[in-house]
Amino acid sequence: MLEGTIPSRPVYGALEIRPGRLHLIVADAEGAEAILDLAASAPPDFFAGAQIIYLPKKSGDKFVAGLEQLAPAQLYVGPSYEAALPRLRRVLAGAHMGLQVYLAGTEGLMGQAMLEATQAGIPHSAIQAEHRGSTVRRVQCVHCKGITEDVTHDPFRCAHCGLHLFVRDHYSRRIAAFQGVRVDAEDPGNIPESVERFR
Amino acid sequence: MTVIFKEETFHDDFTFRNSPEAVKRFPFPFPEDSYMYSVNLEPHKSYRPGSVYERTFDVDEHYVSEMRDRARVLAEDPLRCQSLPHMTLAGWDLLELIMTSKAEEYPELFELHRDGTKWHWINRPLGIEQKFTFLDETTLPYGPMEYITRQTQGDFAVLDQRDDNLWMDAGMVTTQADWSLDFDIGMNFFEWHAPVPKAHEMGIFQRALKFLLNVQQGSPARRLNWTMTVYPLLDTSPENYHKWGVMKKDLTLENMGQMMHLRVELQTFFRLPRSNALVFPIRCYLIKLDELVTVPKWARRFHRVIRDLPTELATYKGFVTNRPKIVEWLSKYDDGAPTSPGIWPD
Repeated sequence: MLEGTIPSRPVYGALEIRPGRLHLIVADAEGAEAILDLAASAPPDFFAGAQIIYLPKKSGDKFVAGLEQLAPAQLYVGPSYEAALPRLRRVLAGAHMGLQVYLAGTEGLMGQAMLEATQAGIPHSAIQAEHRGSTVRRVQCVHCKGITEDVTHDPFRCAHCGLHLFVRDHYSRRIAAFQGVRVDAEDPGNIPESVERFR
Repeated sequence: MTVIFKEETFHDDFTFRNSPEAVKRFPFPFPEDSYMYSVNLEPHKSYRPGSVYERTFDVDEHYVSEMRDRARVLAEDPLRCQSLPHMTLAGWDLLELIMTSKAEEYPELFELHRDGTKWHWINRPLGIEQKFTFLDETTLPYGPMEYITRQTQGDFAVLDQRDDNLWMDAGMVTTQADWSLDFDIGMNFFEWHAPVPKAHEMGIFQRALKFLLNVQQGSPARRLNWTMTVYPLLDTSPENYHKWGVMKKDLTLENMGQMMHLRVELQTFFRLPRSNALVFPIRCYLIKLDELVTVPKWARRFHRVIRDLPTELATYKGFVTNRPKIVEWLSKYDDGAPTSPGIWPD
């Protein structure tokens, strides 16, 4: 479960079927379970109008067969978000009125995909998001602006500039990331023990 | 009043000082001997000649040096000034508001000549003369918001109004109390205030937003906010926190009077005519504790405020570690005598 939240952080709900001409589903790892749960309440022709972009990450093949059984119009299983991005952009560029977007899985994935969708002009009201699985965070270093993916520990070392950062709850939708700030700024070298906060 | 602009710095050798005249007009933010958040908004009307409330955009002795500091910060980090594409019209609104106000209120310093859309702007203190076409971006060296806020003291957040909310969609932010425009741009009113402790639960932001959504053209509003800063740093940004955070350690009881500053923000709010955006200038005034205690009423009151401030607020404002030292130093100036109501010196 996600920890207590502050107003800059999106609130995630549970995916529900909405009427639409095309259903774009983007998920990673345990996000597949949200799709399978969605299928339980889907009308028979739902997946015939659905495209799934799925990134298994550490879950491997665990959910792939289940997704195939849904017989979506298109199922893409990819190695990373970066690899899937051109395809996601292509789908969004070709989207017409009546597109429904369903996001499921980690906050990092949902945040980035939500950003792509809104930049493509998809209204917020047509985008749903459900958190599943890992609570690892995508964090932007406020000093060097580099983004570190899949942060589990707090404090952690910025993958770009190497500063030790603590992870704030403050979240930017535009960057799809939490903010990281140097933990020993006022007392250089005094770095608290790193604790696994997100897993 | 003729302003004599000082040559001074806000970095490296930190030569910033207030003249005795500047101390007298300092916007001391505490009307009573204790402090808690409130929606302390009032009309931004001119009063008390000579005070920082007299003019729409106060120009003081630090003007030229502050603008030089802004240019220095922008050269290091251009992300301090950003404007989302739909905010250009609001930038022109802001340029018009500032140019017309300054030309009218400081005719010896600024001139604006308008012939239809052909405008001619003269800024004497900065030695700028610019002929341009209003609403034509190609005729200015920067976008309109950046152009005029490189010539105006204070940070500027330009807020788009839609969906009954305010959205931070443009800004010039180089003198901030530890918040990042680059991170917060695009956020709504509740989102960019998310890290502030207590105030959400108190309903402060709901009430403030309601007020701000209703600010009308020609009826600007204002409030004061405050924090404390070691060294006269205008740029206390999170971006550079890894550089200035360590400076807090330099503070001692011996150097307190020169090193510690009360930092006050005069925040104003103006409705803009064409874009219906709200511009939110955040003007930073710094005063050394040595300067502040030359006003006995302020010295007594400030001691009591800092001593009794809830720990959560002292932490949020970033001086909880140094607070015992500050209180000890200030206590010498507090004889326990009662203070008069209001912010002005006796």
